[in-house]
Amino acid sequence: MARLDPTTRRLLDEFQHDFPLDPRPFRVIGERLGLDEAAVLDLLCELQEAGIVDRVGAVLEPGRVGASTLAAMKVPPELLEGVAALVSAYPEVNHNYEREDAYNLWFVVTAPTPARLRAVLDDIADRTGIPVVELPLVEAFRLDLGFPLSWS
Amino acid sequence: MELSATDRRLLAELERGLPLVPRPYALLGARVGLPEAEVMARLRRLRDGGVVRRFGLVVRHRRLGYRANAMVVWDVPEVRVRAAGLRLAALPFVTLCYRRRRHPAWPYNLYCMIHGRVRAAVEERIEEASRLAGLRSCPRRVLFSRRCFKQTGARYFSAPGAPAHAGPGP
Repeated sequence: MARLDPTTRRLLDEFQHDFPLDPRPFRVIGERLGLDEAAVLDLLCELQEAGIVDRVGAVLEPGRVGASTLAAMKVPPELLEGVAALVSAYPEVNHNYEREDAYNLWFVVTAPTPARLRAVLDDIADRTGIPVVELPLVEAFRLDLGFPLSWS
Repeated sequence: MELSATDRRLLAELERGLPLVPRPYALLGARVGLPEAEVMARLRRLRDGGVVRRFGLVVRHRRLGYRANAMVVWDVPEVRVRAAGLRLAALPFVTLCYRRRRHPAWPYNLYCMIHGRVRAAVEERIEEASRLAGLRSCPRRVLFSRRCFKQTGARYFSAPGAPAHAGPGP
């Protein structure tokens, strides 16, 4: 990965929370970083293009809106790529990772209603013939609070 | 706090990300039929009310060199799981910490994520976390991530069948 200059690092570090709710938020950010508004917008577009920034977005409290669950599958290694692609193709799946375990495929399904969540999970199990282990949230002790970056 | 239909429309529009234009709240407002000031006021209320837990840059840590990322799970007696979870969550290097329902095939009920650049350093932190949270006697599994097949923001609204689609489109 290319090394990031100090201004870019500050942008990534300081604006994961409390994004300015100001009519000109990118100008406010620029004032903090010593850049003009257009330069902040350019930098964000570049970071997005490079895949470093996904978006400027809102992370919602789980359970407040819609329904979601973590799910795991034990997929024979020779089938993993195909099953992973099938799972990723659902717009309701927002994370999908291979992990080092017999349960090797882990994904999060998020849907507007519990019924739609149920339908997606059942559909994946039916189409792959592999059971889907559902591991819904009971309590969050620490939510997605951003990612503290250390640059050492 | 209760979410109104207008709040839902606004959050649905925001799922794709704040537009990268000089006046993004005005553009968002134009898409959902709200004045700019009202968009900002609603987002502030949603954030203060805890529906929006975080509003800002969503960074993709793998692209920044964080490739040693472990999900650690423990099987903790129910009477102890909450206290252990709170202790884990207080550690600065724990990025997520959840209690989840057990499954007959997967008896673990406490989950956390530890991210790092170097695997050995993450392994050390896992040991440290186990010790500090009083979890050394509990069955544990460490699942480092291998390939990322997909990573996007949650789509509560814009997935097929989402109620938000009944509203005015973009």
